[in-house]
Amino acid sequence: MSEIVTSPAFKENARAALADVDLQQALKSVEVNFIAKRRASADKLPEFEALRDAARDIKDHTLAHLDLYLEAYEQRLTAAGGQIHYAVSAEEARAIILGICRKVDAKTVTKGKSMVGEEIAINAHLESHGITPVETDLGEYLIQIRGELPSHIIAPAVHLTKAQIEADFRRVHTHLPADRNLEEHTTLLAEARAVLRERFLAADVGITGANFLVAETGSSIIVTNEGNGDLSQTLPKIHIVLATIEKLVPTLEDASQILRVLARSATGQEMSVYTTISTGPRRPDDPDGPGEYHVVILDNGRSSMLGGDFQDMLRCIRCGACMNHCPVYHAVGGHAYGWVYPGPMGAVLTPSLIGVDKAGHLPNASTFCGRCEAVCPVRIPLPRMMRRWREREFERHLQPATMRYGLAVWAFLAKRPRLYALATSAAAFGLGWLGRAKGRFRSLPLAGGWTRHRDFPAPEQRTFQAQWRGRKRR
Amino acid sequence: MGVSATAQPRVGLFVTCLVDFIRPTVGFAAVKLIEQAGCSVEVPRQACCGQPAFNSGDRATTREIAEQVIATFAPYDYVVAPSGSCAGMLKVHYPELFHGDPNWLPRAEAFAAKTHELISFLVDVRGVKRVDAAFAGSVTYHDSCSGLRELGVHAQPRALLASVRGLELAELRDADVCCGFGGTFCVKYPEISATIVGKKVANVAASGAGTLLAGDLGCLMNIAGKLQREGSQVRVRHVAEVLAGMADGASIGEKGEP
Repeated sequence: MSEIVTSPAFKENARAALADVDLQQALKSVEVNFIAKRRASADKLPEFEALRDAARDIKDHTLAHLDLYLEAYEQRLTAAGGQIHYAVSAEEARAIILGICRKVDAKTVTKGKSMVGEEIAINAHLESHGITPVETDLGEYLIQIRGELPSHIIAPAVHLTKAQIEADFRRVHTHLPADRNLEEHTTLLAEARAVLRERFLAADVGITGANFLVAETGSSIIVTNEGNGDLSQTLPKIHIVLATIEKLVPTLEDASQILRVLARSATGQEMSVYTTISTGPRRPDDPDGPGEYHVVILDNGRSSMLGGDFQDMLRCIRCGACMNHCPVYHAVGGHAYGWVYPGPMGAVLTPSLIGVDKAGHLPNASTFCGRCEAVCPVRIPLPRMMRRWREREFERHLQPATMRYGLAVWAFLAKRPRLYALATSAAAFGLGWLGRAKGRFRSLPLAGGWTRHRDFPAPEQRTFQAQWRGRKRR
Repeated sequence: MGVSATAQPRVGLFVTCLVDFIRPTVGFAAVKLIEQAGCSVEVPRQACCGQPAFNSGDRATTREIAEQVIATFAPYDYVVAPSGSCAGMLKVHYPELFHGDPNWLPRAEAFAAKTHELISFLVDVRGVKRVDAAFAGSVTYHDSCSGLRELGVHAQPRALLASVRGLELAELRDADVCCGFGGTFCVKYPEISATIVGKKVANVAASGAGTLLAGDLGCLMNIAGKLQREGSQVRVRHVAEVLAGMADGASIGEKGEP
């Protein structure tokens, strides 16, 4: 597990995020760009909704028979000359990867974008053992030079403005002329490309994630927009695929079905620019490719989600649509969530992986507006599962005492409609009378959370039920 | 109105706690609209649908409340609520609560089947195509989340608003985006909630409309409170008030008789 967990401080993180002018500026692009593009590409495809059903069904089927597909995958992979490693925990995965790197005395490792890599904090581990990891996805490269976690699962540096990126490049790329032009997006890109190109050629090991592991062929599939994944996996002597158990799909046909909703849901593209399938190491007549091909399959708590309340979360294909459509994510960005996975998918997955005692805020920090579920390409019932986490917290008495007592008082009344009517009638009369001159309150005791930011309307002085019964009597 | 004149269906009005407590006018507007749609209305003694407990993870209390609500409304042909959020709770989430319970699940499902959000009840169930009401001025409409995404309430209020004499509808940008109320969310995470509703009121202002309408009092109180805190002159009302021709008095949070 990544050591940097600030999820318990979600409230403080959120407050800081709301006050961060650069972040607020950068977050506008999430709200504007991703949503309209997804909408347009979904609207263009008449079968889009049917494809979402198909994607959900493929994942459900695979999860129901995960053991079978895992075995089949291992067989095909081994037959193709690949080596498989199973890691129960993040620690085990780190040790396996370090072991492979050490065998070839690796000095630098290039990395394609991998959220699982973030989950196990592989970079810090390699660095502490004298191996230099180089992120090759532009967004990942940016957060690496800033020492940050990704703030979005497909756009890791979406929290940055162009001005911040320019400043970081000037700070880190000191070998380049100080007066160079970095005003344009294109000049920034060109500089990153030039810097990274040298690193690709020097790398001893390449690590990538996987969007899919295909049982039928023993292949792994990655999708990228920059082609960096291809260079990370074909140039070095060794390619390590780091993936979690739920990435399996039965066949290439299944993978291509899901690909049809993946990019559309993520960026609104019909397909990502590069879809790369790799199966084992370089064969004798291949022009290039790695000499060794390793797949590290990580569990890290996922197998315990199978058969339980949170199994549906394992359908997730990491498109990011849920956070792109989340009003809370739009307000605070990804870092506030305090670990690797932000937004609605993180609010469900993070408690499963690091514990609800640490991540308890995440499933609570949702208005249950349901937009995430409405756009999820594999139809994960995200709000329902966040509510499940709240139930776990309630059972374990993890919520603040004030909330528990408040709820208990309310529940006592709500279960007794006559008493409830008396209490609300008295309160309506009192509040209504107090507020009669202005029609609303600028501040109210015990309601500071509300009235710090908005007025509270004064009730009409008699409740509806009291008025209704009064009319009936007349 | 396209209503059959045979036996009048009996509607049990689920008032909702916010309407009951804050703005009874919405309840009377709902009664008027349901009666105009050829139904009789009764209001059995009631409290809350249980959402605060449900969304706080207290499933046991939620079930107790749900059993009580289902029993209370057993005699009626329909249950109608002037709120997408509460109607969604009754219609979508009550059956979930009794999953695997052979005793209560069928009762919860039968209850869900006869339960409707007010405006969709008028349009989809009773076939109401127009209302007899007038409203001078431009309005904009916010789609409350539960009504929109759990119950598919979107076209119905717009269709009925189009029949209100003198009313002009200016569509709200991002009308389908949450206002940040979220029940207990707004007090648990007040700064985030305030930021979200800040975006909503900016869009309301940009619409140029003099009045904002929606179908849920929680959202309406949130948006009204923020508009008023910012000194905006835009008024806020439940859509039923306008459709029932009861939008002459004070708007939400405004001084005076509603």
